[in-house]
Amino acid sequence: MRRISPSLGLGLLITIFLVGVALVSLAWTPYPPTRIDILHRLAGPSAAHWLGTDPFGRDVASMLMAGAHSTLAVALIAVAVGVGLGVPLGLSAASSGGWVDQLVMRIADLAFAFPALLTAVMITALAGPGAVNAMLAIGIFNIPVFARVARGAALAAREQDYVVAARAVGRSEAEVMLYHVLPNISAVLLVQMTIQFALAIVADAGLAYVGLGVQPPQPSWGRMLNDAQTYIFRAPLLAVFPGLAITLAVLGFNLLGDGLRDHFDPRMKER
Amino acid sequence: MARLLLTRFAALVATLLAASLVVFVVLDVLPGDPALLILGTGARPDTLAALRHQMGLDLPAWWRYLLWIGGILHGDWGVSATYGVPVGDLIAARALVSLPLAVLAIVLSTLLAIPMGVAAAARRGRALDVSLMSAAQIGVAVPNFWLGLLLILLFSVQLAWLPAGGFAGWDKGIGAALGSLLLPALALALPQAAILARVTRSAVLETLGQDYVRTALAKGLTGMAALWRHAVPNALIPVVTIIGMQFSFLLAGTVIIENVFTLPGLGRLIFQAIAQRDLVVVQDLVVLLAGSVIVVNFAVDLAYLWLDPRLTRGEG
Amino acid sequence: MGRLIVCTLAASLALPFAAGRAAAKDTLTLGMVLEPPGLDPTAGAAAAIREVTYANIYEGLVRIDAQGKVRPALAASWTISPDGLAYTFHLHSGVRFHDGAPFDCSVVKFSYERALSPDSTNAQKGLFEPIAAVACPDATTAVVTLKRPTASFLFDMGWGDAVMLSPASIASDRTNPVGTGPFRFVRWVKGDRVELERFSGYWGQAPKLARVTFRFISDPSAAAAAVMAGDLDAFPNFPAPEVLDRLKADPRFSVVVGTTEGKTILALNNARKPFDDVRVRRALAMAIDRQGLIEGAMSGYGTPIGAHYVPTDPGYIDLVSKYPYNPEAAKKLLAEAGVKPGTTIEIKLPPPVYARRGGELIAAYLEQVGLKADLVPVEWAQWLEGPFRNGDYAATIISHTEPRDLDIFAREKYYFNYKSEAYRSLFAQYQAATDPTKQTELVGALQRQLADDEPVVFLFALAKVGVWNAKLRGMWINSPIPANDVTGVSWAE
Repeated sequence: MRRISPSLGLGLLITIFLVGVALVSLAWTPYPPTRIDILHRLAGPSAAHWLGTDPFGRDVASMLMAGAHSTLAVALIAVAVGVGLGVPLGLSAASSGGWVDQLVMRIADLAFAFPALLTAVMITALAGPGAVNAMLAIGIFNIPVFARVARGAALAAREQDYVVAARAVGRSEAEVMLYHVLPNISAVLLVQMTIQFALAIVADAGLAYVGLGVQPPQPSWGRMLNDAQTYIFRAPLLAVFPGLAITLAVLGFNLLGDGLRDHFDPRMKER
Repeated sequence: MARLLLTRFAALVATLLAASLVVFVVLDVLPGDPALLILGTGARPDTLAALRHQMGLDLPAWWRYLLWIGGILHGDWGVSATYGVPVGDLIAARALVSLPLAVLAIVLSTLLAIPMGVAAAARRGRALDVSLMSAAQIGVAVPNFWLGLLLILLFSVQLAWLPAGGFAGWDKGIGAALGSLLLPALALALPQAAILARVTRSAVLETLGQDYVRTALAKGLTGMAALWRHAVPNALIPVVTIIGMQFSFLLAGTVIIENVFTLPGLGRLIFQAIAQRDLVVVQDLVVLLAGSVIVVNFAVDLAYLWLDPRLTRGEG
Repeated sequence: MGRLIVCTLAASLALPFAAGRAAAKDTLTLGMVLEPPGLDPTAGAAAAIREVTYANIYEGLVRIDAQGKVRPALAASWTISPDGLAYTFHLHSGVRFHDGAPFDCSVVKFSYERALSPDSTNAQKGLFEPIAAVACPDATTAVVTLKRPTASFLFDMGWGDAVMLSPASIASDRTNPVGTGPFRFVRWVKGDRVELERFSGYWGQAPKLARVTFRFISDPSAAAAAVMAGDLDAFPNFPAPEVLDRLKADPRFSVVVGTTEGKTILALNNARKPFDDVRVRRALAMAIDRQGLIEGAMSGYGTPIGAHYVPTDPGYIDLVSKYPYNPEAAKKLLAEAGVKPGTTIEIKLPPPVYARRGGELIAAYLEQVGLKADLVPVEWAQWLEGPFRNGDYAATIISHTEPRDLDIFAREKYYFNYKSEAYRSLFAQYQAATDPTKQTELVGALQRQLADDEPVVFLFALAKVGVWNAKLRGMWINSPIPANDVTGVSWAE
């Protein structure tokens, strides 16, 4: 086992922290994150409310914790959609070649032609806002990404000796893909997953900011930012915390991705 | 070569057509009757029918699609149901906000990123490199709409130097117009600059390892001279490619930043058009944006072909 | 003689300078949240159309003033036949449209018949429905006969939907409005502003303002900033009172709170269980603290209502205390009606703040009486098609901004599915009544009937929070109909 680099270590630390917070929020938050307390609205940070309260008097710290949960859930499902559909597509394109390959890649091209965020905005605006639609909207954009990555990596892996050998002993194309190529490209996929995870967090926050993501009363970082903007003259701190949370989450997954890439492919290091 | 270009171009046209069809179908099955939206809560069956007829909504879908595409081929982008003006005029007016915003953002990002990347590469592994790259790592992670909010907080709420949002309009003078675009452009530019700085750094490092740079160094050129005369110019190719890709990203990415700063650009137009079921406007905008992405990709492909003729023999 | 000429010459030379120094400001820049979709109020329902054009560009035979009263406009006077069926309007003579076309009875006939025609796309075609015929005995007399007495007819003809358009301009009024009003259209920069200027050929008293610009700024903080910076002279319908604190403290501005006709309700589908039971509807009315709702969702701006009528309407009676906030009583009533604790109610929320924020608060109130609220945000297009047209909803929060629209509860088919014969017969009596005292009495009875049946939970009337330069005079405080009538606005000094 190689040593864990600082960026990998920091990335792991941040992501584990976030996942921990998200899990804890399921069982405990300082206050119920949706509890409205009009009398104590827009309070500054204090011992009672560590990060203050929002325009409804809800506890910001509790909302941030619950927001971690909803953000990670959206990102997780979105990436899972991309991996679950994109990888099989990419692998089958790589193994079939010919017109199947052409078709899959042209559809991927088509998907890339739609700017990602704009597409997500369109889909959620059209299908109706909400967590599920946000997951799907971000997930759809992940499909061609994973299809391309999987196809490229699989094409390279297929030429490797052990794959050629496996085919020579009569293994079917599907078996070769499943038992020999897929394990071989899993590192590449893992790195891509962390990158897409970070992008999905930004996309989720962006969608929620324009009102198309997770819906109230479920707290979400992006919508907290939007609410905060209205009160920016009166309670400027409200606009700071959710953004910090988003940045921290994205930073964590980016570091994790960079660290993993260096870890798996030391040649790339220090480039 | 010519054949390859031709097939690529055919693919481009096919992709655009497919995109237009996707948008049209999605919008067509969408709940929400544009006529009902115009008539509101006083709508009656007879007025609705009359308005739907007037708007051509009672025609079959395939016929409306052909009318739309046919119109575009003749340079007629249709008439906005909301404003009653040609969509071309509407988009042109909004593009006067979005395009300059994207250009300004790209310029800012490039001006920031290239010196940062080159400096980091030149001081590789030293304190400057580490701090610049750490800053870039964080910069990549900051969502641009939050950065926009922070800029508003600092420059509009605290310092009151610049407007918190809105667009002064070009007729108020270039200074005022650029003033209202400065904060949003900065918000867009900084995260992009962080990415670009990292690309620049690794591209410069790559060329620094190349033989001709080593030769130049061996011939007695100072490190700085070798850096600026050989390494940087050769590193520019990947950098310029990234800038090209960022531009199309920014053009579409202005959607949210325009909401943060309430700029009357293409992004807000598309939101508004979706909400008001101004179908032709949404269709046109999506085709235009998708088209610009496809064309940029096409141009990048061409550039690669031109730079690296080996690809022509490869899997095209 | 020579001296006189010199004097006048000097005077006329001096005049521009003197005027430059002494004349009060005669331009006005107004902020609005939403940009109008077109500028023809006879071709769309959006309030923003009226907020630019009403009384400024277009006029009808009669008009509604700042107090919600019917006033003469293009008709100098009128008489009503004793049976309430024939209205004789005496029109002003010599009136011209901005395009030079004359206004006379033929335009009245054209406009009303156009609104009634089978291919009419007038958003309020229903207002014209009682009209049987329009006759023109001479150019300045219009006789409108009705199919049946209609108490609200004069008020209805004061709506923006009943204004007079130059017949030659109807195809282009959406982008280039042509009316008879004191201001005429100059230009419209899409996404940004509409500019008007004083019409020199106006038939009535010329307005004090020479130029009026309507600017569209949807973001509350941007709007506040624009007012602070002096880019806007007024924002008559300010979207977010929570950002007004700094403006209130500033003596340069007046912050004026009035009321609108926006009756905000928790609409309930009376055809669906459990809302078919009046006890459930009353329980919901008691479960919601209206004042707390106004406080939390609207920063305290708004007036509680107890029926579909607002305090500024004629014949209003205060029924707010009919169902006082009492979660315990609500719980008891729910139990009585057999609604189990934990029952989920789906509430559809259209985009406006009162619905989205109000929905979150109402969900919290319902939780206190053991109900769960499932909040479903919808777009306008979806709201209109789902709940409104197809009755596809259980509950929804919505503000009905049409003035004095007690008729919607009497309709055969309306999305509340409220079917009360008692109310319908009262409403028919009201429309048929020609005696004002009888009308007032019946308006009271209608409100009482509504409060009794509580077909929907009546919440509050939206406030009109206006911000404008303290030197500005003549702005509307209340909003009896959607309008930004600037014909009487001037600058002090």
